[in-house]
Amino acid sequence: MEKNMKKYFPIFLLPTLVSFVIVFFIPFVMGIYLSFTRFTTVENATWVGIENYIKAFTQDENFLNALWFTIKFTIVSVITINICAFLLALLLTRALKGTAFFRTVFFMPNLIGGIVLGYIWNLLINSILGIFGYDITYSADYGFWGLVFLLNWQLIGYMMVIYIASLQNIPSELNEAARIDGATPFSILRHITIPMVMPAVTICLFLTITNSFKLFDQNLALTGGAPARETSMLALDIFNTFYGRIGWQGVGQAKAVVFFIIVALISFIQLKITSRKEVEN
Amino acid sequence: MKKILSILMAIMIIATVFTGCNRNENQGATQQNSDGKTTVRFLNFKPEIATVYDEIAKAYNQETGNTLIVETAASGNYEQTLAAKMGTNEAPTIFQINGPKGYANWQDYCADLSNTELYKHLTEKSLAVTVDGKVYGIPYVVEGYGIIYNKEITDKYFALKEKSTEFKSMDEIKNFDSLKKLVEDMQKNSEKLGIKGVFASTSLKTGEDWRWHTHLANIPVYYEFDENDVDLSSDATKTINFKYSENFKNIFDLYINNSTTDKKVLGSKIVDESMAEFALGQCAMVQNGNWAWSQINGIDKNTVKAENIKYLPIYMGVDGEEKQGLCIGTENFFAINSKASEQEQKVAADFIYWLFSSETGKKFVNERLEFIAPFDTFSDEERPKDPLAQEVIKWMNNADVTTIPWNFTVFPSQTFKEDFGASLLQYAQGTKNWEQVKADFTKSWKNESQ
Repeated sequence: MEKNMKKYFPIFLLPTLVSFVIVFFIPFVMGIYLSFTRFTTVENATWVGIENYIKAFTQDENFLNALWFTIKFTIVSVITINICAFLLALLLTRALKGTAFFRTVFFMPNLIGGIVLGYIWNLLINSILGIFGYDITYSADYGFWGLVFLLNWQLIGYMMVIYIASLQNIPSELNEAARIDGATPFSILRHITIPMVMPAVTICLFLTITNSFKLFDQNLALTGGAPARETSMLALDIFNTFYGRIGWQGVGQAKAVVFFIIVALISFIQLKITSRKEVEN
Repeated sequence: MKKILSILMAIMIIATVFTGCNRNENQGATQQNSDGKTTVRFLNFKPEIATVYDEIAKAYNQETGNTLIVETAASGNYEQTLAAKMGTNEAPTIFQINGPKGYANWQDYCADLSNTELYKHLTEKSLAVTVDGKVYGIPYVVEGYGIIYNKEITDKYFALKEKSTEFKSMDEIKNFDSLKKLVEDMQKNSEKLGIKGVFASTSLKTGEDWRWHTHLANIPVYYEFDENDVDLSSDATKTINFKYSENFKNIFDLYINNSTTDKKVLGSKIVDESMAEFALGQCAMVQNGNWAWSQINGIDKNTVKAENIKYLPIYMGVDGEEKQGLCIGTENFFAINSKASEQEQKVAADFIYWLFSSETGKKFVNERLEFIAPFDTFSDEERPKDPLAQEVIKWMNNADVTTIPWNFTVFPSQTFKEDFGASLLQYAQGTKNWEQVKADFTKSWKNESQ
């Protein structure tokens, strides 16, 4: 059986491999190639070297602004999402009435598409700011906190479910033993719960970092970059570069490659760091 | 045995994947049906009339046997859709460019149209997109914009006892000063007139601000280019001083200060809302073009009567503007894909000529598409009946006024327009002063013209 498996594994792998190559690998390589060209459609590209990369950083201040805005946004939202999700998970793993109901409720926002969420929150935030005679486009701060709030609302439930699964895996003997030894609830949390859920922290950090970095539809629907592109994040800026200027498609593509490298690098470093902290059960 | 079987299976799976691709390529290359009839694709720009094009395709198929496949890009997504489709086997044969700038982007795909029947029948040859004597875009619809007003409300104002102006009819409004006096006094009396404000909301949400960053900005740019005798196809369009910025400010201030909406919240208003306000009689005036008729007419409980919808030129205090007319022009040009097969290109040219010359086609154009078509195949009676189109034709044929062309087709890029729209929003919200707006305008124009 084992031997047979080995013999046939290329054949069973083939369909997946073929579709992976067609829908991911080829477009990816083409994308990198296009970032070095000037093109209107993928078929009529002419080679221009690294000109696009130079333009992306020198002639277009929007890119660096968007990068800075995205970094600020990611830091704030990753911290808030994970803290809130973890606290909720702690609360909802207690023996309380209706925990199953609340878990469902908190998870539900995650099932709604980003663009819809963006428009809904746009209406909600505008109607509140409207009382004071403003709207979300008035200041970049409103847009920033609106986005943070929106992403929190959307992702907390999802992260909470992961944390709950992990919390429930902690053997109850550990907690009991600690309590008999006279540990306070805080030191149980500090020395047992948190080390035991580190694998979940790794996953949740990874998901929240990449999701915040790559945020697009929520950004487009909630602020659209207003005022004056101050709230446009990297993905939206790439989109606008691609379609906003004639002959700048290549620059958009170059920005996208840089974007990919940044996201890959950050999530790689994060995975390295947090997985080192995981403890064996 | 089993081994051979599974290898065979694997090969078959791969084979089907690749034959799938192959078949498509073949179709893409010829697009010819077995009976010698040809299929052409058209990527439509105007979503509001997408269903009409389906009927046209059916009628065209019945009369000629050729198949026309019409696809429509979502509002504001034409360039994206076109770029995505051009790279595929189902690339459109007929597509649309928005003027010289659009041509610059799609020049590898635009066929020379100077020998087509449709171009020969174009009444105003200067409207076409021409480079070095070759024609790459044929305008197929002429549109006009200005300030649309509801005569019922202005008449009500003229009959008002409390009014503090001397005006008795809209014919007396011939320049910015009179317009300003009228509007400000109407705003004071808005309760008695039963309106929320004189002007509909100045929609400044991103993507909904084209009425200002493109249409309204056209007028100061026109005056500046006109004064300097700028050749629109030359590099002289690459710099601008925004000399008439004060005039732009005049009218823009008038719009945002005498509106249904507080100017601080204009950043979330969209065009549909403005048109709804006008249709429901909540405001007396709105700046827009004749394409807006379907929006006005399509709103439930629309209170505006067709015979009361009139146009006023956009006055902004330029010398001699008493003779100014509406802004009439086009940014809709047919282009034919030069990479399609010759047969397809020929049928594509036949189709656009058929649409604007055959009895069936002309009927669709006048009654359903409601285009003012710039071709001599149409007689004076064969014109759309909707009130705004009628008004545009009336202004166009009025020899006493100068029509302002659509010079915004040479605006440097979409990014320029978006940046200017964003500046206008910040100005309306009070976070940017006019000097900065003006500086941004010239700076962005220069950057984007490179």
